[in-house]
Amino acid sequence: MTGEPLTIAHLYPHQMNIYGDHGNVLALQRRAQWHGYEPEVLEVHPGDPFPARADVIVGGGGQDSGQSKVTGDLGRHADEYRDAVEDGTPVLLVCGMYQLFGRAFVTSEGERLPGIGVLDLETTGSSKRIIGNVAVESDEFGTVIGFENHSGRTVLGSGGRPLGHVAKGRGNNGTDGTEGVRYRNVIGTYLHGSVLPKNPRVADFLLETAAVRRHGSFHRGTPDDARADAARRVAASRPR
Amino acid sequence: MPTPMHRPRKAPVVKTSLLLPLVVLVGRTVRALARRLGGGTAIPGLVVERLAPWFLPTVLGRLPHGVIVVSGTNGKTTTTKVTADLLTSQGLRVFTNRTGSNFTRGVVSAMLADVSLTGRLPADVAVLELDEAHGVHFARAVRPTHTMLLNVLRDQLDRFGEIDTTARLLERIARATTTTVIANREDSRLVRIGESLEGVDVRWIGLGPATRAAFRSDDELHGGAEGPGPAHEADVELLEYDGDTARFRVGGQELVAPLRLGPVYNAFNAAGAIALTRAVLGERLDIDRVRDGLAGIEPAFGRGESFSVGGTPLELVLVKNPAGFRMALAAYPHAGVATMIVINDADADGRDVSWLWDVDFDELRATGVALTSGVRAADMALRLQYDLVPVGGVEDDLEAALRRFTAENPGPKRIYATYTAMLVLRRILHGSSFGVLA
Ligand SMILES: [Zn+2]
Repeated sequence: MTGEPLTIAHLYPHQMNIYGDHGNVLALQRRAQWHGYEPEVLEVHPGDPFPARADVIVGGGGQDSGQSKVTGDLGRHADEYRDAVEDGTPVLLVCGMYQLFGRAFVTSEGERLPGIGVLDLETTGSSKRIIGNVAVESDEFGTVIGFENHSGRTVLGSGGRPLGHVAKGRGNNGTDGTEGVRYRNVIGTYLHGSVLPKNPRVADFLLETAAVRRHGSFHRGTPDDARADAARRVAASRPR
Repeated sequence: MPTPMHRPRKAPVVKTSLLLPLVVLVGRTVRALARRLGGGTAIPGLVVERLAPWFLPTVLGRLPHGVIVVSGTNGKTTTTKVTADLLTSQGLRVFTNRTGSNFTRGVVSAMLADVSLTGRLPADVAVLELDEAHGVHFARAVRPTHTMLLNVLRDQLDRFGEIDTTARLLERIARATTTTVIANREDSRLVRIGESLEGVDVRWIGLGPATRAAFRSDDELHGGAEGPGPAHEADVELLEYDGDTARFRVGGQELVAPLRLGPVYNAFNAAGAIALTRAVLGERLDIDRVRDGLAGIEPAFGRGESFSVGGTPLELVLVKNPAGFRMALAAYPHAGVATMIVINDADADGRDVSWLWDVDFDELRATGVALTSGVRAADMALRLQYDLVPVGGVEDDLEAALRRFTAENPGPKRIYATYTAMLVLRRILHGSSFGVLA
């Protein structure tokens, strides 16, 4: 198979890899193949240069310890990430990386840890974790299914709109009914699951955007999504 | 460290000796009643804990060779069992909690069966398997003399929240330990804990270069291994293991012993058991008896449960977290064996099935998976699709799946199942015309 190439940048796979977020990279990789493209995964570790040739960027959740390790590194490339996002690069940010791309994380002790400020949102720490199955209604992607597990409460500013509204689960903060963020071609979310395999429409949005930017068009293949549909039905039927 | 609210109540010395027979009698009566009513084994422990919180520390505190706690995510049962066997082979009388009772109440319940009216256990040493949360609870009441920290892996994160939280629980158990803490130097979180301890003898178990390749930490899962080699000299090191014989380095000496414990991670647990035995016995350790003890361990133990269905073997393997599932897949040969995977998402299984994406199923690509089942059968089938593993069918209902699986696959079979799925499967297999225990 010699399809057109697509480069997937996986941010900090050693530190930010919790709750199966690797599944998102795998989903992009496989679905790119199923659409007839030739994917390449580029791992970005602390100390590496900014992944300038990335067609799509993916970052996952992490432990507290992992998060502190990458904060500094990410901060050194803040301008490059901002330019990439403003330029329309498709990006998926889950949980920890979603928070770090925001303006700040305020700990429950009131300490303000700056994010890279690419997204207009702010997160506050809480001692009570939000954990459970989630279903999000999104205009763009229909129902988005996943599992949330986070202590942060995220509030969006005016510079981004939510990914959707929670039909089940708590979402960004448990109070305003919003889940995740949409800004340019960025999707930020608290959903694990992993989120992309169970939500092929979201995965294909990222791939289509990437292909159009790099090659001018997207050739849609015919991945068999019967199992994804079945898994979505089961997940949707599970109690929160 | 005990918080003021949870400080163990001091055992009033005079009263204790008078009250102990009473507590034992009450506990035994509750135990007998609970058994007759078919109730849980935890109830007598609960009653005694409420009635006499000093019972546990008083009785265990009298054991001349101390109290050993084994904790960590994976391998507690194996390590506890092998440690008990090795200490027994050294001539000690061992009190231990049997599988499935790794909480404080379970320990108290088990004690009630053996303790004399004067509160004496017929034992020299206790070896107790305790999960991280119950271990902290236990260590508040009874300070362990020896603690073994096996690993901190992703497991039921929706229960404990985060792996760092789990590590902090283990750290609290370690800090409550009075004599010796033994930790796995291959686990970076445990290394940090071990290096931070003061006033206690810290020892390490480790892997040799040949065996280390078989283990990958969760953080090393994607993107290859990371970091420098081990920073600590191991008290006991697993150098080689082929399923029949293991080669250890114990102190400065090599120990070659017959060992049939199945997967390599069980052999590493045996290294932990050797280190514990060595720590308890000190100079008096008889290395020949260690070898004999290892050789005498039941081959079937730790392999998962084996049944015979229609004259062919069926193996039931518990999978509960990514590391365990990965190692199980790496440990068993797949050719010529039909595979079924059963995933439930009850609290005891972990409600979040994201962890399936942290397991590599490439190993099953050549043979395929005959069936997926359980509440999350569809999630499992989806997971396999993304690793390009062929799947024969998806059958949510467990009993129907088992019938179909055994009918369509007359040869050797293996089922990987999460905890609650395994309980159901065992019940069906034990209780019916289906299978006989091999
Ligand atoms: Zn999360």
